[in-house]
This record gives sequence, C-alpha cells and structure tokens, in this order.
Amino acid sequence: MRETRLPDTSPAGIDAAATGSAVRVRGVTKSFGAGGSLTQALRGVDLDVPYGELLMLVGPSGCGKTTLISIVAGTLEPSDGEVVVLGEDLVAMRPGRKVRFRRDQVGFVFQSYNLLPALTAVENAAVPLLIAGWRRRRAVEAAADVLERLGLGDRLTRLPGELSGGQQQRVAIARALVHDPRLLICDEPTSALDAENGRITMELISRIAVQPDRAVIVVTHDSRVYSFADRIAAMEDGRIVSVEAAPRATGVERPSA
Amino acid sequence: MLWVAWKMLIGNRVKYLGIVFGVVFAALLIAQQSSIFCGLMSLTISQIRDVEGANIWVMDKNVQFVDDVKPLPDTALYRVKGVPGVAWAVSFYKGIARARLQEGSYEQMILLGLDDATLVGAPGGIFMGSIAGLRSPDAVIMDEAGYRRIWPNEPYRLGRVFEMNDHRAVLVGITKASRTFQSFPIVYTRYSQAIRYAPPERKVLSFVLADAAPGEDPEEVCRKIEAHTGLQAQTRQRFIWKTIRYYLAKTGIPVNFGITVFLGFLVGTAIAGQTFYLFTVENIRQFGALKAMGTSNSTILMMVLAQALQVGVIGYGVGVGLAALFGQAIAGGRSRLSFFMPWQVLAITAAAVFVIVLLASLLSIRKVLVVDPAIVFRG
Repeated sequence: MRETRLPDTSPAGIDAAATGSAVRVRGVTKSFGAGGSLTQALRGVDLDVPYGELLMLVGPSGCGKTTLISIVAGTLEPSDGEVVVLGEDLVAMRPGRKVRFRRDQVGFVFQSYNLLPALTAVENAAVPLLIAGWRRRRAVEAAADVLERLGLGDRLTRLPGELSGGQQQRVAIARALVHDPRLLICDEPTSALDAENGRITMELISRIAVQPDRAVIVVTHDSRVYSFADRIAAMEDGRIVSVEAAPRATGVERPSA
Repeated sequence: MLWVAWKMLIGNRVKYLGIVFGVVFAALLIAQQSSIFCGLMSLTISQIRDVEGANIWVMDKNVQFVDDVKPLPDTALYRVKGVPGVAWAVSFYKGIARARLQEGSYEQMILLGLDDATLVGAPGGIFMGSIAGLRSPDAVIMDEAGYRRIWPNEPYRLGRVFEMNDHRAVLVGITKASRTFQSFPIVYTRYSQAIRYAPPERKVLSFVLADAAPGEDPEEVCRKIEAHTGLQAQTRQRFIWKTIRYYLAKTGIPVNFGITVFLGFLVGTAIAGQTFYLFTVENIRQFGALKAMGTSNSTILMMVLAQALQVGVIGYGVGVGLAALFGQAIAGGRSRLSFFMPWQVLAITAAAVFVIVLLASLLSIRKVLVVDPAIVFRG
C-alpha cells in the first residue's frame, strides 16, 4: 500500500504522472422508475477527468451531480453509456470486482462525514485499511501518520463527537486518502462547514489530495470554493452544459498532468 | 472489521444494554424455568434414586409410576427369587402413613419398609444414628427435611417418639434424603415394622427389589422375570424414566413450564430484535458508507452476525449466571422450590439464545444487505 504523499513537483515526478483520463464517461444516461413515474436523472453525459486534476461538478439541486458521481464511484449502474474509471470498464465489471475496486482505488469524502461515532479519529481514518484486511495496529499507525500530516496529531484518540466540524472533515479526508486511492470523490465536502473551515478543507484537498497520478472530483454548490478547482463542470437537468477552467486558488501550485 | 462491528455496537450504550437485556431476560427465564422443571421431575423419582443396591424393581404390571403402588401378594417375592439370573430379591414396602405426634398433631409421612434381613434400600446419607439402629424394636429413621418440617427450629435429637397406626415409633437416625414430590417426611423402618404401621390390607407388598446375577444383563433378567411371573420388571433407570414420562404425559406440568419458557423466548426475541433493528437503522448510513468504501456484503453480514453473537454470548452468560444464583439462593434458603440445572438445561438455553440472536439479527441483516451504498451521496 503506497504511502500518502504530498505533491511531487520534480520533473521526475511529473514524468511519472499517469497519462490519459482517470475518468471517462460517454453518453451516460440514468433513469429511475418506470412508465408514468419515469425520471431521467442523466441525459447523455460526456466527461473526462485527467489525472492530476481537481474537477468541480456544480449545479442546482436535482441536476444529476450525485447520480453522476455515484455512477463514477461504481455504487450505481448507469442505464446506458460508457464509464471507464482508472482504465477499468465499470459497466462490464462484475459487482464483486467493483467492491474491491472501490476498496483499493477510490476514496470518498462525504457531505455528512459519515464517521463511525464509536471509533476514535485515528480508528475512523484507518477504516479503509481495515476493510482491505490490514491488521489493526498497522492500520492505526498508518492512519495516525496521515492525520498528523493533516494537523490532527493531537486529536488521534478523540471521538467524532469531541471534534469540531472542520476537524471531523479532516478525519474524513484522512480516511479517504489513507489507502492512497487513485480517485478521490468528495460530495459537498464544505456544505456543513463555515467559510473558514470550508476554505481550510478545500486547501487540504487541493494541496494534499491532488497528485500527478490521482484525480479528484468535488461535487459542490458552494461558490466560495470554486477557485480551488482546475476545471468546473456545470450540470443542469441531467446534462453537462459547460466545462471551463477555473482560476487557481492563491498560493496553491500543482503540476499539470 | 469484526472489531469495528463490536465497537459500533458497544458505542451505542443504551441500545447495546437494551439488546443484552432482551437476551438476558430470555436466557434467565429459560434456564430458570427449565431448572425448576428438572428439579420437580427429580423430585418425582427421588425415591427410586435413593434406593441403593437394587438395580431391578418388580411391581404389578399396571403400575405407571413409583407412587402408583398396587400391592402384590407375598408369594411374588418367592416367584421372583426363583427366576434364573436373579441374584437376590427382597421385599420393599412403600406407602403413606399418618403419624400422631406427641403434642397430638398429625402428619402424613412416606413410609418405606426395608427387608428385615438385609436392609436393602437403606438411605446412604445418614448423619445421626446408624442403619443398624433399625434392628431395634419400633425403630425408624427420618429424613432431615422431614425432621425440620415436624420439629422446626429444634435441634436434631434422637429418641423422639410418635405413633403410626397406634404403634410406637422411635427415632433412631436422621438421614439426608432427596426431597419428594409430595414433600412429606420420609420414614425408613424394617418391612415387618412397616406393615404394622400401615393400615391393615389384604396385600401389603409394594415392590420386590432385586439384582441380576454377575454376568447377567439386567434388562434380560427383567424380561425373564416378566415372562416367569407375569409381573412388571424394570431396571432402575427404566423405572426412573417411566415415572418421569408419566408426569410429563399425565400432568400439566410440562405444558405450564413450556408456556413460560416459550413466553420468555418470545419476549426476549422481541426485545432483542426490536432494539437490534433500531440500532441497525440508526447506523444505516455508516453501513452504507462502509459499503461505498468497498466493504463486501459478506463482510457486512459477518459484522452483523458478530454483533449478534457477542450480544448472545454475554446475554447467555449473564442470564444463566443469574439463574444459577437463583438456584443457589433457593438451595441455601428454606424455600421448598426444587432447582436442578443439568448440562442439558445449559445446552438447551444456549441453543435457544442462538436462535434468538439469529432471529433478532435477521431483519437487521436484510436491512444492511439491501442498503444502497449510494445513499451516502444523498446528504
């Protein structure tokens, strides 16, 4: 299991970056229900997310953002279309293989953190490693290392209920990165945070999560954080209506893929 | 991940205690009621069990249980002695006598008359006096519980005198004996003395006690006795089970206890199941997150089963422990309740608890297995 790394901006590091798209979606549609209650959540979505990029997916509620990232994450089947993530065809992938794929390759930061309230911060952060079969001691040690890098070295043994919202989200970020995934999906990571904590969270994601061989997709409708994206894909009514470059946040430099 | 499952369970202390309580309640009720039932059943066969030295009981062919005495003619003894394979046979009297105490009150007693020559069937737990004392005129030995019933709060004293059927009885010994179903005092005396204490009847022989000759199979000897004499012959063990089966089949005892046990099972399952389900529902997003992060359904299933098993083990241990404490309290006190907890009660309770936690977790298992990991993306 690779160690969670800070961005490698050396020429060798950039050369070693993965090429091609981490995520390639073509003509994806998704319908729910049938007959008179049929709802078309996605209406032919095309999207590319290269390695080393932070893509923000924005749009009003109900536009299909959550449906799209669920499909990209492999937790939802599309009705039609092609979904290739990290070189793997998710549509053709069998369910058991998909579970292992998520376990090994994908990290999640959820809107409501979804930390286990009975586990300490370091134990929560270690969960992906435990899922992968790591021994508890080794998993906790690796998680402690990540949490220390995220500035929570003095909060390792606190329960989620004893942490602030921003701290809980940092634990969630640590959990998402501890197994060094190649795709990070963040669903509204700042919606439950105030402006300052939201900025800190996005700074962490932008600075630590984005790697030459990792792609990050952030679903948000928090315009305060748009500047942390490389590109912003706007969705409306089940379609991507625009994909534009976004201004980089001040002081955050990342190698281009 | 099992460790994560247990921590999730224990982390919600209120629900955890609620689930454990449900299992404890069921385990306690099942173990306690089953043990009281076993204790009652052991009372019904106590007089067979306490008769040592005789492995074969011969009786009227219509006798259904040990208290269902149908007197035999005296010649039955000699007929049994004449059966090939019988090492020896002696007379045994069993009946109910009414004793008149010195202060004028009356007390029903179980009267056992032992063979004059051999005293086969004498109690093995005598702690005051001796068996040999029975050879004295009018001598009787009484059981400890009976003594305390008749002379409560008085120290043990030999030489006490009372009357049965206008015949004098002198206490020459006190013995430990198994309590009987009727809870009457038990009085041991010689056979010749017993038939004088008993009301006059044409036939007085209750049972013939016998044993198989060395090398002979007791069951085979029983068959020979039946074939030669037309009487009923049972080995000690078979007579014990015949008596128990009678009480099971002909009384409401098993039904009453069975209803209580079943109710305990149902209530325990309901409490544990409902609380466990609530716990799962409260944690459904966490389970969804685990599935989104790549936890397989088989691992999720193992987690829920591990939670159920942990609750089952703890609930079983506490429940059975409390039942055992209850039994200890009864044994140490003056209660007349009988309590007997053989390993079969523990095994049956364990099996019941296993079914309870399995049923309690079924709804939860179904809930977590069908939860869509995509729910964690829906805020």
